[in-house]
Amino acid sequence: MNAVTPTGNGRLRAERVTLAHGGGGKAMRDLIEDVFTSVFEPDGLEDQARLSHEMLAVEGARLAFTTDSFVVQPLEFPGGDIGKIAVCGTVNDLTVGGAQPLWLSAAFIIEEGTEVALLRRVAAAMRRAADEAGVRIVTGDTKVVERGAADTLFVTTSGVGVIPAGRELAAEKVRAGDVALVNGVLGDHGAAILAARGDMAFEADIRSDCRPLNHLMEAVIEAAPGVRCARDATRGGLASALNEISQASAIGIEIDEARLPMRAEVKGVCELLGLDPLYLANEGALVLFVPEEQAEAALAAMRSTEAGRDAAIIGRAAEMRSPRVVMHSLFGGSRIVDMLVGEQLPRIC
Amino acid sequence: MKYVDEFRDPVRAGVLLKEIEALTAQIMAGRDRPVVIMEVCGGHTHSIFRYGIEKMLPPEIEFAHGPGCPVCVLPMGRVDDCVELAMKPEVIFTTFGDAMRVPGSRLSLLGAKAEGADVRMVYSPLDALALARANPDREVVFFGLGFETTMPSTALTILQAQAEGIGNSSLFCNHITIIPTIKAILDSPDMGIDGFLGPGHVSMVIGTDPYDFIARDYHRPLVVAGFEPLDVLHSVWMVLRQMAEGRAEIENQYDRIVPRHGNEASLAAVTEVFELREFFEWRGLGSIDHSGVQIREAYAAWDAERKFAVASPSIPDPKACQCGEVLKGAIKPWQCKLFGRSCTPETPMGALMVSSEGACAAYYQYGGIDAVPEPAQ
Repeated sequence: MNAVTPTGNGRLRAERVTLAHGGGGKAMRDLIEDVFTSVFEPDGLEDQARLSHEMLAVEGARLAFTTDSFVVQPLEFPGGDIGKIAVCGTVNDLTVGGAQPLWLSAAFIIEEGTEVALLRRVAAAMRRAADEAGVRIVTGDTKVVERGAADTLFVTTSGVGVIPAGRELAAEKVRAGDVALVNGVLGDHGAAILAARGDMAFEADIRSDCRPLNHLMEAVIEAAPGVRCARDATRGGLASALNEISQASAIGIEIDEARLPMRAEVKGVCELLGLDPLYLANEGALVLFVPEEQAEAALAAMRSTEAGRDAAIIGRAAEMRSPRVVMHSLFGGSRIVDMLVGEQLPRIC
Repeated sequence: MKYVDEFRDPVRAGVLLKEIEALTAQIMAGRDRPVVIMEVCGGHTHSIFRYGIEKMLPPEIEFAHGPGCPVCVLPMGRVDDCVELAMKPEVIFTTFGDAMRVPGSRLSLLGAKAEGADVRMVYSPLDALALARANPDREVVFFGLGFETTMPSTALTILQAQAEGIGNSSLFCNHITIIPTIKAILDSPDMGIDGFLGPGHVSMVIGTDPYDFIARDYHRPLVVAGFEPLDVLHSVWMVLRQMAEGRAEIENQYDRIVPRHGNEASLAAVTEVFELREFFEWRGLGSIDHSGVQIREAYAAWDAERKFAVASPSIPDPKACQCGEVLKGAIKPWQCKLFGRSCTPETPMGALMVSSEGACAAYYQYGGIDAVPEPAQ
């Protein structure tokens, strides 16, 4: 892991990106090399990454490949920025499928007029996140579009990883009695973004949970090799992740409200705005199912990692006539936790 | 969490439930039909489902989910007005978030936004006023919606706009008032309601005096209730206690928030800016006399209806919709032919499926496993 994040080569003098930086000439080369490639791969990069890896040579190993686009606003927020999310999001997509993430691509759509300093901060955050996850950003692309054609900066990352031979995580494998765990507090990212948008008259000391989860996942799989499946609880929150698993495995899921790890600040924001924290986005939270006899080992393994300090057992899979996600409330009642229809909208009163 | 967890204490709930069971047994000794309690306010509907309160109560206690969800009872013609206003190139149309998805006859505001209208979600009418200050060459229209709860803040925003001389802001007023609507429900022939949970936030503004006629003329108990689950249970217990003792009175469970005579400053602002409309159309209930307010002549400069000659076409709900019967407590949401089939939160046909405070949407989202039919093949 690099202690110091590499900086650019200093050739780009402009303070703001203009259409010239997308024109294919020297200006574009300076933008790409100074702001991005010299930070990601100081030893030089070509348009196409050619890679070899000993893991791929193992009989039964499989390649995992994923892609995701990031359009978050604001671009920078407490606990992260669009670059950090773009790396962690794709690393975590690979992770929850059981893959060990190795390489990423990064493509940037930049609106004319964007500050170069912002791009430098984003690139540095990407490199730091990549170092933390132990992956390399090996290829990429930039496009500059006219003012108004994009909202400052959009980032797309694709990721390649390797699933070791014999490892098979799938939602269909969840069985009644399996135990559900989360690695940490829920809703921090969604609440931090709401607060950072500043269009609501409240301030809250909440930071995004954005972080790579691959080291945590490897620790869990080592301690509890029977892990059935994992899902990152990003858009749509824990509720959507659990519903996806319930539908895929045609099995019911019961969770206990009392066991859900959640900060008082996040609960408070939700109370004020009439939002349900189960649907708030996370960028560093996953839910996974393990056979009951391995639950304690999985929990201990999670808690031994930085990203899993607040891990908790939150519920279990159960036979139900009509498979759904049901939450037993603190108050003693129970209710169905369904998928959201659209975006969660604050209530009037 | 302080000031929240105390009102969600399962031990206290257990004590209340025991007493509710005893009272129910006492009441049921002399009757052969269930006790129907209407929660007027959508906020209560939401709490009842979110905490699974209905399933905790004895089966003889039923809730009828009242008309107090302002998003749900908004008629389609008014949504069409909003879309028309929002589509005007000079207009920035501002609205509370949960009104974005309400279907008009052609589009919702979310749909209008996708077609190019400048629709922005705000959290307070004062945000709309700030937009007007920042965009002096645009007309910023605020979609005023809700009962007496939200009326004072829109009234004060108009007074503020007047004080600052901001001429490019206006209000599209769709505020409605709860008392005539409760009266209309009490007067309907298929009314089967034994008691009411009164709206908490509305009462914070209007106080409890305006409900007196319900006890006096209709002999039904009403308890103004808070929104936490213990508040709801406590209020149900208070209604049942009145029934068991043969009383019909207006009681205030939410007295930590609701003063008997309401909030004088709020009422003064509301009276200054608004006057009663002759009638207002409610989705599912039809036209109800004096159930809406409009902006007084003196503030015409901030009235979007006057500024833009809004058409307000009357568009009937789809024929098969039974929202009205559900609102009056005559049928349960799942007894409607459309429920869960052609009417779902994704594609709402009727008003009550629109907002998370609507009874049908609440049943669909949070209801018992058996309440939602399997989707048609």
